Amino acid sequence: MSHWRQYLAPALFVAPGFLVFTVFVLYPMAQAVLMSVYDYKIVAGAVSTFIGLTNYLRAVSDEHLWLSLSNSGVYMLFTVPPQIALGLGVALLLQKSSPAQPFFRVLYYLPVVTSWVVVTLLFKYLFADRGLINFLLGLHVSWFSERWTAMVAICALGVWKGIGWSMMIFIAALQGVPNSLLEAAKIDGANPWQRFLNVTIPAIWPTIAFVTIMLVIGGLNVFTSVQAMTDSAPGGSTDVVLTYMYRETFKFLDFGYGSAIAVLLTLLVFALSAIQLRFFRNEATA
Amino acid sequence: MTRRFSPAEALRLTTLAVGALVMITPFLYMVSTSFKAQQYVLKVPPQFIPDPATLSNYERVLVRGDFVQYFLNSAMVAVTATAISVLLSAMMAYGFARYRFPGREWLFRILLLGLMIPALMLIVPQFVLAKWLGLIDTLWGLIVFYVAGNLALNTFLLRGFFEALPQELDDAMQIDGATDWRRFIGLALPLARPALATAAIFTFLATWDEYAWALTAITSPQNKTLPIAIALLQGPKGTQWGLVFAASIVAILPVIAVFLIFQRHFVQGLTAGAVKG
Repeated sequence: MSHWRQYLAPALFVAPGFLVFTVFVLYPMAQAVLMSVYDYKIVAGAVSTFIGLTNYLRAVSDEHLWLSLSNSGVYMLFTVPPQIALGLGVALLLQKSSPAQPFFRVLYYLPVVTSWVVVTLLFKYLFADRGLINFLLGLHVSWFSERWTAMVAICALGVWKGIGWSMMIFIAALQGVPNSLLEAAKIDGANPWQRFLNVTIPAIWPTIAFVTIMLVIGGLNVFTSVQAMTDSAPGGSTDVVLTYMYRETFKFLDFGYGSAIAVLLTLLVFALSAIQLRFFRNEATA
Repeated sequence: MTRRFSPAEALRLTTLAVGALVMITPFLYMVSTSFKAQQYVLKVPPQFIPDPATLSNYERVLVRGDFVQYFLNSAMVAVTATAISVLLSAMMAYGFARYRFPGREWLFRILLLGLMIPALMLIVPQFVLAKWLGLIDTLWGLIVFYVAGNLALNTFLLRGFFEALPQELDDAMQIDGATDWRRFIGLALPLARPALATAAIFTFLATWDEYAWALTAITSPQNKTLPIAIALLQGPKGTQWGLVFAASIVAILPVIAVFLIFQRHFVQGLTAGAVKG
């Protein structure tokens, strides 16, 4: 019996997809690291020179990169906790099945399935100087003329678009909370808030961890909404890491520096995910 | 028969309704504006019911040819990429789920790496690769990268499903002399229809809405997809908001239809990754 024949079938099943994955995802991954240590020239015939860690050293002392990173951080800070709190809140209100439940679920989830470009332009229109938000709030704020007010619009969009996603996941998680535990706590005289803190939260802890990690990753990767809403205006002050990387690469054609920023951001994503995993695991066992 | 609401129940429904109003008002206002002429779009106080209402924005989107072309481009790219990606992922998932071979777990782990690396991190080297392969400014250039970008998630989703299928069915067919490929096509795929639907829906939505790569790779007008065509409607001097939203509504209608029809698959797809693990 030939040894290799038994591996022929799995090889044929896995190979086509894995080949595509290797060429269009894995290879670019390696290429990004390689490009980041070159003064990379995209023009045909031009020679790219090896410059070692120069791009990385430049990144560390690049004030505008730090400003972009701080905007990404602000975005995370003001979109992740509200999405978790509001998503969980709506899920708690919706967990009891009723005729209205599917209806509400669809309404809250609608922004999630709508494309980023469309909802971004929509918010740009709502936050326009003569737009609906100013009218409803009785304000005369020129939202996009200043860094922090523009960030308010960007963050508002992030929360509004994301609530439905965390809601949907929390609804599913809440169904897994054992009813017997909740009943037992009730008999022991725990009020709804105590039951929520001592039974529900521990039971859905892994889901809270998952949602937090995914939202933090998503927050660091914000791009389309900033690009299409403010295009980093005024004066680049609403840049986030990826819009800055994109401009350095495709406008100033500095592919090496763009790659270095992408590599650094990837490392940051991995590090933050690892820290959060550890935190959530410790809290669960504590 | 009258239903009585307790105070708590009334509070619950009121809270939900207020929240739903916040979620839905932007959409309703968008629909309203799509029926307004340019001089009314930023009127103060704003019009909720357009007066006078006009169909001119939709006429511009649907009758003048370019948006029809963008719609067809988006449809072609999304449908093709979804079909190829789901087929390749299903094959991989089946290979990982049904066979033992050396390096299996390592290959799968490498694939999962693709789940953790966000699409935009790879956009620079992918652009260089696409340029080298002559894929810049072609719809196929969009398709191959969309296929590759969705492989990891789909394989992850489908592997779990194939593993849950009873091995006995496979064995029975094997005794009947069915080849591996016949068992995959004739048995595994039909049984996996719900999971395939979930994978297909998520891939379709992701590719239909994709913005960054299309913006980077597409340069000529006739190859534009809907998201970049809509984003480029913004003028440096005043945006034609009515036109933007008429085009947006045309672009999101297929998505909302898909969502409403296949709702339960969304829940399954979301929870497969989240709660089970």
